This record gives sequence, structure tokens and C-alpha cells, in this order.
Amino acid sequence: MRKALAVGRKEFRQIIRDTRTLMILLFVPAFFLLLYGYALNFDIRHVHLAVDDRDHTAESRSIISAFINSGYFDLIASTDDRRVTALMNGNEVRAVIVIPSGLGRDLRRGLRAPVQVLINGDNANTATTVMSYALTILQSESARYQGGLDLGAVPRAPLLSVEPRVWYNPELRSALFLVPGLIAYIAMITAVISTALSIVREKERGTMEQVRMAPLDASTFVVGKTIPYFIMSMASAMSIILVSMVLFGLPMRGSWLLLLVALSLFLIGALGLGLLISSVADTQQVAFQLAALASFLPTLMLSGFIFPISSMPAFLRGLTYAVPARYFLIALRAIVLKGASLRAFWGNLVALGVFAVIVLILASVRLKRQWV
Amino acid sequence: MTTRDKTPTDSSAAAEPGSAESSDEARVAAGRKAVIVTEHLSRKFGNLVAVRDVSLRVYQGEIFGVLGPNGAGKSTTIRMLCGLLEPTSGTATVGGIDVSRDPEGVKRRIGYMSQRFSLYEALTVDQNIRFFAGIYGLDRGRLEARRRFVIEMAGLEGREHTRTGDLAGGWRQRLALGCAILHEPRIVFLDEPTGGVDPVSRRRFWSLIDQLSASRITVLVTTHYLDEAEHCHRVAIIHAGRLAALGSTDELKAIFRGRSILEIHAGNPVEAMRRLDEMAEVEKTSLFGTAVHAVLRADRPADPASLADRLSRAGVEVTAIGPVPPSLEDVFLELAEQNA
Repeated sequence: MRKALAVGRKEFRQIIRDTRTLMILLFVPAFFLLLYGYALNFDIRHVHLAVDDRDHTAESRSIISAFINSGYFDLIASTDDRRVTALMNGNEVRAVIVIPSGLGRDLRRGLRAPVQVLINGDNANTATTVMSYALTILQSESARYQGGLDLGAVPRAPLLSVEPRVWYNPELRSALFLVPGLIAYIAMITAVISTALSIVREKERGTMEQVRMAPLDASTFVVGKTIPYFIMSMASAMSIILVSMVLFGLPMRGSWLLLLVALSLFLIGALGLGLLISSVADTQQVAFQLAALASFLPTLMLSGFIFPISSMPAFLRGLTYAVPARYFLIALRAIVLKGASLRAFWGNLVALGVFAVIVLILASVRLKRQWV
Repeated sequence: MTTRDKTPTDSSAAAEPGSAESSDEARVAAGRKAVIVTEHLSRKFGNLVAVRDVSLRVYQGEIFGVLGPNGAGKSTTIRMLCGLLEPTSGTATVGGIDVSRDPEGVKRRIGYMSQRFSLYEALTVDQNIRFFAGIYGLDRGRLEARRRFVIEMAGLEGREHTRTGDLAGGWRQRLALGCAILHEPRIVFLDEPTGGVDPVSRRRFWSLIDQLSASRITVLVTTHYLDEAEHCHRVAIIHAGRLAALGSTDELKAIFRGRSILEIHAGNPVEAMRRLDEMAEVEKTSLFGTAVHAVLRADRPADPASLADRLSRAGVEVTAIGPVPPSLEDVFLELAEQNA
């Protein structure tokens, strides 16, 4: 154990002196967090809107101002039938409201009055969101007239109305959904890459050979080497979480202890994956690419970070079971957003532990074989 | 045991193995202990035989050189002796320990320094020493004493906190040696330790090796610098994985016993070689820098004047000619030819 500490101390000094590794561990996570945190925003604001108002009544103006006051739409142009296509084609507006003439009159009479909303569907995600905004606004407008009409009249059976209530994230801020994913993503990348590089660098520079000549077995060396990376990536992940709370309003509804446990298991697996890669790669370049491939893609694509696992084809869904970020994300969201108790997600912690044990065994078998 | 392949050259052949054998026995008789012993040591990588049937003994306190071109099997041999590589067949014991049975035990007893200065360049001199002391398990008290010893030996007083990467090659090399002997091993392996350092540093390094040897530490050093081999008490020449010759440099040079070597400086050395090769008494020629070495056939007395005369008549301008003692390089070329 003293020998492992000697290795750890050396590695720690090296990290501090090696600006490149230090950047990967400290600067890159912060950079990623800001970059993705602000750019990966599924909330849509400032949707460019054109209005084709053929009615010009108080009612039609009320609808238009409801759109503008919602904060989601910016009125860019008033238009008529002929210019709509040009505006949409030129991407000047993403939505057009067409209010037919006679709308005010029909509403005053309590008749149904159609409003047409044209939405640019070239980005399906955006289109869906914009459509739901528009529907919400129009529903609340129409409720106003129904209410107005109902005043003093014979009580009618209430119209079937949907009152959605979103749990954990009532404002549906995508930051709350994305930040746990980002934490997993960033922690994974930094832990895997820095560990893989640190061992391959020793191979490349010949210091590995020198160390192998010492009476020191592979596992002592590996343990010593991962200690500082564990501490660094733990610190790095915790700082991401704290920054997310300050900048993105990430709540902390559950137990910090559980969070630390989940994070530790996840990071040990990531370090193990880094070690496994270092036992395969012989140059830092190869190690970097392998590490990026093994950590970056699956964590981004197959963890449920961005794409819901339930809507993946069966084959990909099967693959996600081998991605530790999948389990970590469920646990992290459960702890941070839901304040859930261990009973709700313990299986995911077990899965993280199993992943860590498997990669550590594989890595130590491979590294031992190379050692002697 | 010495020359594994019988030298085909007539008279000198018989004398050789015996002479080295007897000097081995003399050492044993003088109470010297064999600390490295290999018997028919071989190592294959797939179909490639990197080391073939090497048997040798290295005695305590000896500076033992292993000489050979790159790829001859020097590093493979040293790695087997250090317990890093399992022999395919044959045995090796280092400090009395079988390398295939207890590689960790071997590692505890040896120091190793390789051609690449395997220090952490980002760390300071002091941090490197502390790291290696740590992985060799030195306790605090011993670390302090050894740290001072290494700093002094490498001449690094006042530079304890310099980044190792900022040191010049010679200092780094001495520090690497220091780190390799922190744990006071009785046997030290140096794998091409002087590659890429200036001649002054090389000389200083070899005086450190002499000091180790003087304190009864056994040093096995590989090199392809033939002049360095002259510092060794005995030299093993490895060629294509085989032990081609073993003995003191004087014993190795005895391969030329009965044959003279003439060194010729000529205006056109290549033409001189061509002419010399045509002469009956010349066995072979080789180029040494700008000079030509001509090995004369056995029992032909050297007659430099006659040779020079014939060269001049053939139109080759001879600026100097005279007999020279065989150098290790002559020995090396001779052995390479025999083993080809």
C-alpha cells in the first residue's frame, strides 16, 4: 500500500505539472458545461411569427397580442395570402397565424371560429414544441370567450379540458433534464481519457519499463495510478454539479450521500474503462481516440441523455444495457430531481457496480499479462 | 565457456576456448562467486529465435559487457535476466534466484537502467528520487541517506528542485543510474546506458561504473560502442541471438593470433581495398573510417614496405602503412563474418 501511495503521489505531482492533463480534468468540464448547458437548450423562444389578419377586430387583435405576450413568439411581419410562402421558404418566419375574416363576429355569437397556424416542420422537434405553444395560447384564448359567454347563461356541461401537470420539472425547463446528462457525459469523458492517457504515456516514454523493473506488481501500480484520477474526477464532477445548481437552477432534492455513492461507482467504472483502453492502446493518439469513442458516443447517444431509450430500436436498446451512463443517469435524476429514496433506483447502482467490477477485472488481467 | 562457434581459421582456433575456460576457472579458484548464471538460455517470439542457447557466467564485482548490433538479442537477454520476460527454454539465475520461478525476487535484488532515461521529466530531481525510493519500499531513514548519496554521486547538489526534463543528458543519465541503485542492489543491469550523451559525460558515467565495481557490485552493461567495451572486464559478443564469443578483450583479440593486421591510409581507400583483396597474402580487408585494415593470412609475416610498393605501382597513393594491434571492431567483424 505504501508503494501504491508512492505511485499516487508521483501521479498527482505529474498531473499538477502537466498542463494538458490538468486542462482535460479541470478546464474542459467547465467549458463543456457552459457550452452544452447553454447551447443544448430545447426550450424554444423568439419564434419568428407572421400574422395574416383578415378580420381586424378586437378579437383578432387579442389573439395576436396573446401570442406576442406569451414570450415565445416575436412578430416579424404582417402578411397576406401571397407572401406567406415566400416568408416561410426564406425562413424569415417559422410560424404564421391566419385569422379568417368574420372571426370576431362568430366569436361574439358563440360560434366556433377556426384559426389556422402554419408551422415550419423542417425541424420536427421545434415544430412540435411550437405547435404545443400555439395550441396552449389558443386554448386559453378560447376559454376566455367560453367563460364570457357562459356568464349569466344556463350552466353548461364543462367542456373536456386537459390540465397537464408536469412533475419534477413543472416549467419543463430542458436544463433540468439535460444537466444530469451533461454531468455523466463530462465525468465519463474526463475520467476515461485522463486515465487511459496517463498509462499509455508511461508506455510511450519508457517509464513503464523502469517501473516494471521494480518489485511492484501490476495491481499496486494501477491502484496507485487511479487514486489521484479518482480524486480529481470526483472533484471535477462535484464542481460541475455545484455550478449547475448556481447557473442552471439544478435542484438537490435527495441525499448527498447517495449522490456520492452513485458518482463513485460511476467514476470507478469510468476509470476501469480508461485502464482497459490503456492496456489495448500503445500510443497516446490511439488511446485518445479509443477513449473518446468508448466514452463520448455511447454516453451521448445510448444513455438516455438526449434520445429516450424507450424509443430506440430493439438492437440499440440492448446496447444501452452496457452503457454505465444509462444507470447513472437514472440514479442521478432520481436523486437530484425527484429526491427519491434508494429503494427506487438501487438496481441501477448495482448495475454500475457490476460494470465497474467487470472492466476492472478485464483491465487487470490484460495489464498483468503485459506486466511480466 | 567462451566461443560457441569454432573458429575455422587454422592455427588460432584451438587455443581459444581453452584459454577463456581456464580464466573462468581461475576466477572461481580465486573465490569469486558467479552471480549471474545462464544455461542454454533461449527465447523465441513466434518463429523468430531472438536468443539462442546462451550459456554464460558473470562473477561478483565484474563489469560484464554485452556487445552486439541492434537486434542481436541483447535487450531480450537482459529482459529475461531481469525477470521481465520468461525464457522459452534454458535457465537463468540472478543472485542465486531462478528468474522464471521468482521474477519478483530477482527484481528486488537488481537495479536496472535502460537506454531511454526512464525518469519522469515533469517531476523534479528530488521527486523522481522519492518516487523510485517509494516503489522500492525504502523507509524514511534510508531514503534520506540514499537521497543524499544519489544527489552527490550524480553531482546534482543545489539542483534538487530542478525539473528533470531541464537537465542536460549527462546529468539525467547519472540521476537515472542513481535511481536504479537507490535500494542498494548487488547486481546492476545497464541497457545501453550511454546512448545519446556527449563523450565527456560518457567518460564520467564509466567512472561511476568503475566505482560500483570497486564496491563489489556486479554490473552487466550492453552497448554497441566498441570503445566502451574496452572498459569491461569481460565481454560477451552476441550475434544473431547467439553468444559468438566471450572473454576479456585481450582474450577476444587472440582470435587474430598468428595473423597480422596492417592499417593503410591511402588517397583512395576504396581502390586500395580492391587492390589489397587481389594480393595473395591478404585474407580480407575492411574500412575503418578513412583507413583500411588488411588482415594477412596466418603465418605470413607482415611486410608493409612490399605492400605499399605494390599499391603505389597499381596507382594507389599510400600516405601511411603499418601494423596495428587488433581492435574490438576487428574482432567484431571477424565474428560477424564467421557467424553469417
